[in-house]
Formats: sequence, C-alpha cells, structure tokens
Amino acid sequence: MTVNAPVRAPASAPAPVKAVARPVSTLLHRHRWLRLTGLLALPLTWLVGLYIVSLALLLVTAFWFIDPFTSKVIPGFTWQNFVLVFSEPAYITTSLRTLGVALAVTALSALFAIPLGIFMAKLASPWMRAVLAVAITLPLWAGYLVKILAMRITFTEEGFFNWALAPFGISGPGFSLFTVVLTLTYLWFPYMALPVYTAIRQIPVNLFDASADLGARGFTTIRTVVLPLLLPALIAGSVFTFSLSLGDYIAARFVGGANAQMIGSIIASNINLNPPVAAAFSVIPIAFVVIYLLVTRRTGALERM
Amino acid sequence: MRKKLLALSATAAVSALMLAGCAAPAADEGSQGLVFDVPEVPMLQEIGEPEGNVDIVAWSGFVEPAWSDKFTEDTGCVVNRRVAGTSDEMVQLMRTGDYDLLSASGDASLRLIVGGDVAPINTDLLVNFTDDIVPGMLGQLYDTINGDAYGVPIGRGANVLQYNSEVVTETPTSWDVVWEADSPYAGQVIAYDAPIYIADAAVYLMTHSPELGITNPYALDDTQLAAAVDLLKQQNDIVAEYWADPVAQITSFVGGTTVVGTSWEILRKLSADDRMKSTLPVEGSTGWSDAWMISSESDSPNCSYLWMDYTSAADVNGAISMNFGMAPANAAFCELNEEAAAHCAEFNALDEEYFNKVWFWTTPIEQCIDGRTDVECTSFQDWTNAWATVKG
Repeated sequence: MTVNAPVRAPASAPAPVKAVARPVSTLLHRHRWLRLTGLLALPLTWLVGLYIVSLALLLVTAFWFIDPFTSKVIPGFTWQNFVLVFSEPAYITTSLRTLGVALAVTALSALFAIPLGIFMAKLASPWMRAVLAVAITLPLWAGYLVKILAMRITFTEEGFFNWALAPFGISGPGFSLFTVVLTLTYLWFPYMALPVYTAIRQIPVNLFDASADLGARGFTTIRTVVLPLLLPALIAGSVFTFSLSLGDYIAARFVGGANAQMIGSIIASNINLNPPVAAAFSVIPIAFVVIYLLVTRRTGALERM
Repeated sequence: MRKKLLALSATAAVSALMLAGCAAPAADEGSQGLVFDVPEVPMLQEIGEPEGNVDIVAWSGFVEPAWSDKFTEDTGCVVNRRVAGTSDEMVQLMRTGDYDLLSASGDASLRLIVGGDVAPINTDLLVNFTDDIVPGMLGQLYDTINGDAYGVPIGRGANVLQYNSEVVTETPTSWDVVWEADSPYAGQVIAYDAPIYIADAAVYLMTHSPELGITNPYALDDTQLAAAVDLLKQQNDIVAEYWADPVAQITSFVGGTTVVGTSWEILRKLSADDRMKSTLPVEGSTGWSDAWMISSESDSPNCSYLWMDYTSAADVNGAISMNFGMAPANAAFCELNEEAAAHCAEFNALDEEYFNKVWFWTTPIEQCIDGRTDVECTSFQDWTNAWATVKG
C-alpha cells in the first residue's frame, strides 16, 4: 500500500472523499471479478486442487486394470470393476446393510437429541445446561479409536454391560450389527445434538405458551411447533451422522462380530491389492450421499439452514 | 514342508522334461520346477563403503534400538525404521522406492520379486548366512525364484489353534471345532480376518475332502476355491468374531467372547492368561515366514547388506525373534544360553517335524504353484473378492 500520510485535512470543512488515496481498494471496487478472485482463491484452490482432483483421480482408477500377480494398476478403460461391484450379491447386501446402519444411526441420534435439546434449552437450570453441554461434547475430546475400544470392552461377553444386567437375567447384544449402530450413535451423537439444541434455544418461549393456550399438550406442541422449526437443524445434523456412518468400518471391525461387513471394510481390503475395485466400490457411498442430499433439498430444508 | 517341496519339484521337473522334451531349466531347490518371468535385477558383487544410513520397512519389533544402536556404532549406518501393519502396506511402501530393506512375509515377497521391486541377494557377502540357518527356511518358493535367493531368513511361526482350557477342557486334535456346523463351541469361534485365511480352509479340505485334489493351499483352481469359500461360509454361522488386530484377538479370548480359534504363539503369551492353551492340530496349519529383502532401487546397498548380515548373527537374530515371539532362523541362537533354549523350545524353532505341517503364507497367483499346468489357479484378487462374499 502506498498510503503516504494522514490525509484527513484538519480544516473545519469536511474533506472531499477523493482525498483518501487507497489504490487497492479502488481497484477492487472497480473490478468485481478481482474482488471475487481475491475472496475465493484460497478456498477454491483447496476445494478444487486438493479435494476434487484427488477424488477424481481416485474415481478414474475405477476404470483401470490390475496386474493379478504384482497387483500394480495398469491405466486403461474397462467397466469390469463396476460390473463386479454391481453383480456380486455379497457386495449388494453389504451396501444395503451399510445404508441401513447409517439410517438407523441417524434416526437414533435424532430420537435422543430432540428430548435432550428441549430439556437443555427450555427446562434445565443454567448450571444443569452447562453440565449437559460439557457432557455432550466431552466424547469429542477423546480419540476415535479409544472410544471404539471402550465400547468393545463394554460389550464383550464378560464386560460391563453383561455384568450390570446379569442380576436381571438379561444378556447384552454382544458383538453384532446392533452394537455397531450403538457405537456409531455414540460416536456421532454430538454432531446431531449440538445443532438441534441450538435450534431449540432459538425458538421463542412464547410459542410454547401460545401452543399451551390453544390447548395443545406437550407432545402435540413438539409435533406441531417444535419439529417443523427444528427440521433444518435435524437435517444439518443428519448429514453428519449419515455420511460419517456410511464411511465407517473400524467400528464394524471391533464391535461388529461375524456379520457386520460394511462398504468401508470391502474398500479397505481391496485398497492395496485391487485399487480399481476399491475405487469402483467407493462410488456407492458417494451415490448414497448425493441421493440423500437431493432428497433433503426437495424438502426445502437446505434453504432454511 | 521342504520334503514335500522337494518331492514335488522332482515330479514337476520330470514331467516338464517329458512334456517339453527339451532341456528344462534345472529345478533348483524350492523353485519347484516353476519358472517365473522375473525382471533382470543385478545383485551386489562386493560390500563397499557404508553410505551412512539405511531405511527399513519392518514389522513391529524387528528393528529396535536394543540392537540397532550397536549396529550404528559398528558401521556408522543410521537406521531409519518404518513400521508397517500388513503385507499389503509393505508392498505399497517398497514400491515408493524410498526404502532400502523390508522384512517380507511370504505373501508379500512373490509380488515384489516378480514386480522387480527387490533384488536377488548375494549370500556370499553375508558372513552369518551359514549352515546354522534352519533348513526349513531355505530355498522356499516365496523367496527363492529361478535359483536366486531374494530373502535372508529372520524367523517363522505357525497359525495355531488356541483355546480357553476352562471351556474347551480337552485339547482339540482337529481343526473341526472351528469349521464344522455342529461344533460344540458354535458361536464362540474366532477366525482370522483376511483373504489369506482362505488357505486355512484349504488346509482343512486337504485332509477332509481329498476328492478336491488340493495339494497346496495356495494353488486353488476355481472349483477348489469355491469349496473353500463354502466351508468359510459354513464357518461364518458359528463365528463370534473375526480378528485382524492382535489386541482385538486377545481381548476377545480374555473377555470370553470366544473360546477357540486361530492364533499365534505370541498372542497367547501376550494375553498373560493361564487358561489359554494352543495346539497344532493333525491337519497342519498355515503360518508365516519372514525374510529381509533389499529394494532394487536401494541407495544404500552396502548398509543394507551390513544390516542383513548383522541381524543374521545368532544373538541379534535371537533377540529379534524373542522380541517378536517367533522361531528364530539362526539355530545357533538356541545353544547360546538357557533362556534362548527355552525360547526355542516354546516356539518349536528346531522342530522341522512341526514346521513340516505348516504351509507358509504365499501369494496365490494365476500360475498354479503346485505345478499343475492344465488349469489356471485363482489370484489374490479372486481371493479378496471371495473373502468379501464370506462375510456377505
């Protein structure tokens, strides 16, 4: 910048605007495209250069060949990898199972987040609210693997869960798909709970009063007043819980038992030996997320986010 | 195993001669009469001035300051270690060309040799590469190709059958307790979580379904692979868990989720639980055998040779195998002291009878490594796809 001296004249008359020499600002003001470039250069380099390009490179591999002996990839063009992914029944069941898990985790997170959010935002004392906010975010401070191993210890045959419920004659789910859903819900719950809580806080208390004045009971109020106002937050949270669950396979490995193979498990086992198949298979979660986003867009919730 | 291989190589060589009617390449020990198209990579002719450092990809516990510091002191070669978790990861790392050495298991080595990623080894340059190397670890298919040695043996181990003696009160003599649907321990079985585990099913089928004609669990044609996969699917119904992570395996046994299944001696030891016992059933088993291999693009070949030689000495080789929990390659270690002898006894280091029943991990490839030429065998990619269908 070549601003020389304090330009503002000490004179009583207001100085003409022209007197302020700011060449960069002037330039930016005159050229709209320059302004935009300056603003977006950094994020766009990041998005296109690192994110999109690496993703595209991965997807291109899906059309390549593999040397069956050395497992080196050979550039070329074949649909064979996609044919394999879509013709093998086991791959299809795995995809559907993963989709089911992601939806279940999302539903469970929402089910827990709404009552908790209402309690925290509208009923709890400030002190209680702070304690709960810490309790929700606390798991985020621990490592991801640590949390999964903690769940593993909890649900092992002679673990805490079975020990605690043994007096009631109940035995836990052990390592199963259900435990995977529980673990993933535990992992991703904060991402649902926080937006939902924030959204509920923003609902004016007098809406609850108005609803009660009009004769609605608690549940009716939640259904007709809270939920519609909450939808954008729920969808924001669900994008996290859904897509994060879709990509996870570590939970399936540690608490899944014998029949919890996920999309990620297959990608992981192919990534070194057969990268083209791994790449072709990674199209499936991408498709799921795109469809999910399109569906939520249709509800109009994304605009109100 | 070696005897089997020798017998095989003889048959293969004879039939090759009869069929081809021309001078077949001498069936060297371990090459089983199989000839692979291997890129021409020169081997080092003499050890020169050390370069000052060496980059090693190794299993956890193979390169430790306890013995690498002394190496640096002796030779001036600084050791840079990179620990890898799986054979596939090792292959990927070696292909970057950034590393000089790796500790390769049999399921990685063939890929690297044929891919031209590793160089043949001039064993004349290794003072410690002597007759003390246990015979079962020399000239195996996975590190000796077309007569050239590509690996310097480090150690070996079997995938044993581990059981919780509190529940499984009698020592199982057969693997049937983990394979058959009517196993008394259905729902409490643990299995290994990797495509290579298909070979374990094949080993079981070699005894129990001889009509399939499996003679090497790493050479399966389509029918044989399908049979192995069917067995694995049957097993899936009685499996509580699959393990890939050693810690998960230990907690599974100690936590009571599983009572019987595949394991390594070292995991039983690490579980520090007296209830855990292990055995090698009559069918035999799969196992692993590790060897140092040198990159064909190594920029420190001298330091690499010095390292391979240093770690082949009885005491260092023994220290590695005790630290990792395996049978050492250098038999001389077993005579060093009482602790060493006890270790060798526990891990069956000198028991060739024991290791004769062990089929060491080898990369499955399209060329049938059991010598059959009338069929095409299934590749590791086929195995990986098949493995995904098991857990469907």
